[in-house]
Amino acid sequence: MRSNVSQYELIAPNSLDAVLQILADSPDHYTPIAGGTELMVALGAGRLQPKKFVSLWNLEELRFIEVASDAIIIGAGSTFTDIRKHPVIADEFSILAQAASWTGSIANQNRGTLGGNIVNASPAADSPPALLAYAADVTLVSTRGARTLPYRDFHLAYKETELEPDELLHSITISRNLKGYKTYIRKVGPRYAQAISKVAIAAIARMKNGHIENIRIGAASLREFPARLTATEKSLIGKTVSAETIAAARAAVLAEARPIDDIRSTAKYRATVAANLLEEFLRTL
Amino acid sequence: MTITCVINNKEKNIEAPPMKRLLDVLREDLHLTGAKEGCGEGECGACAVLINGDLVNSCLVPVLQAEGAEITTIEGLAIDERLHPIQQCFLEEGGAQCGICTPGMVLATHHLLDKYAQPTLLQIQEGLNGNLCRCTGYMRIFNAVKQASLVGAAE
Repeated sequence: MRSNVSQYELIAPNSLDAVLQILADSPDHYTPIAGGTELMVALGAGRLQPKKFVSLWNLEELRFIEVASDAIIIGAGSTFTDIRKHPVIADEFSILAQAASWTGSIANQNRGTLGGNIVNASPAADSPPALLAYAADVTLVSTRGARTLPYRDFHLAYKETELEPDELLHSITISRNLKGYKTYIRKVGPRYAQAISKVAIAAIARMKNGHIENIRIGAASLREFPARLTATEKSLIGKTVSAETIAAARAAVLAEARPIDDIRSTAKYRATVAANLLEEFLRTL
Repeated sequence: MTITCVINNKEKNIEAPPMKRLLDVLREDLHLTGAKEGCGEGECGACAVLINGDLVNSCLVPVLQAEGAEITTIEGLAIDERLHPIQQCFLEEGGAQCGICTPGMVLATHHLLDKYAQPTLLQIQEGLNGNLCRCTGYMRIFNAVKQASLVGAAE
């Protein structure tokens, strides 16, 4: 059943401050909507629950990519096309560019935003594994001020995040200190474009004297939200890449992953493939 | 609510609820029925239009977000009742059968050729990866896009 669109309110203030004031003042909660690639699907299907929306689309305070000497700061309103087109992201943050390239289709990449992909909090979202591997920070804003926290602490439970009702995700910051890191990302699904992943892994690692000095692994669809595989990481630090190390890492993934059976795949398949993907990366180190 | 935008080079004032899908505004209010509803969830590309030159699925755009935008639908592509060169190539190469996906395919091709005047097969496949066709098996569509690039349809 199609929704009755006249039941929905949508306002489009022309500044971030005006949006934040509305979120702070309004007794009825307004739901932010950016490129609409998630919420408008629910509208079309007649299952869009909230009735009041505030548009963030094209707010210039949220749609920017700033390159500092030590970090890149991506406004939450940047589209996947903005991300793919950015020369520094293409050059230094290739697994984020890669994830952006398989987030929906070209038309969806022209509308979907990085911030939307994060706050929608799907366990299967395409960009979070790369952001987790890069140890990105997220900055949240409200009329009360701004706060920054590691992205890995942003998701609290299925579809629950750190965001307070009056807060917006403002930007994502990634350190440019990635010298000597090898990177990996792979999405397993029916096809790259327009298909939600069964499981995805992004990872970066640096070797020192033949040993794994540092490794960070981000995963989609292995938990109720996008998550780092921290126990698996711990099992690998300081090790050489041997058959034993790989076997132990595979066991760590299987122990740490808590995937579900659903329409797209089974828990067993997801966990096994995640272990395969990690092994594929480890063999390149 | 009144929303003002430019559609196919003509300024339009549209009276519509702000969350109404651009697709429905085009089809119901403006009687521009070239954009089709396939899936209604941004998967098939049959409703694709260009907003400020960017390919978008009009089923996922609340019309308020089109305020001030320049929109091109398939009706705005043909020049003086003559087919656009991309349309001509789709015709000659058999890139259209039932026609439901064709407006979106043609606009996706336009967007692709704006970015890459001479796209590789891989770039063609990626450029059209959000446009589904149940008739052609895609090869004839890829040929049409290739042909369009050869005749310089990007201009």
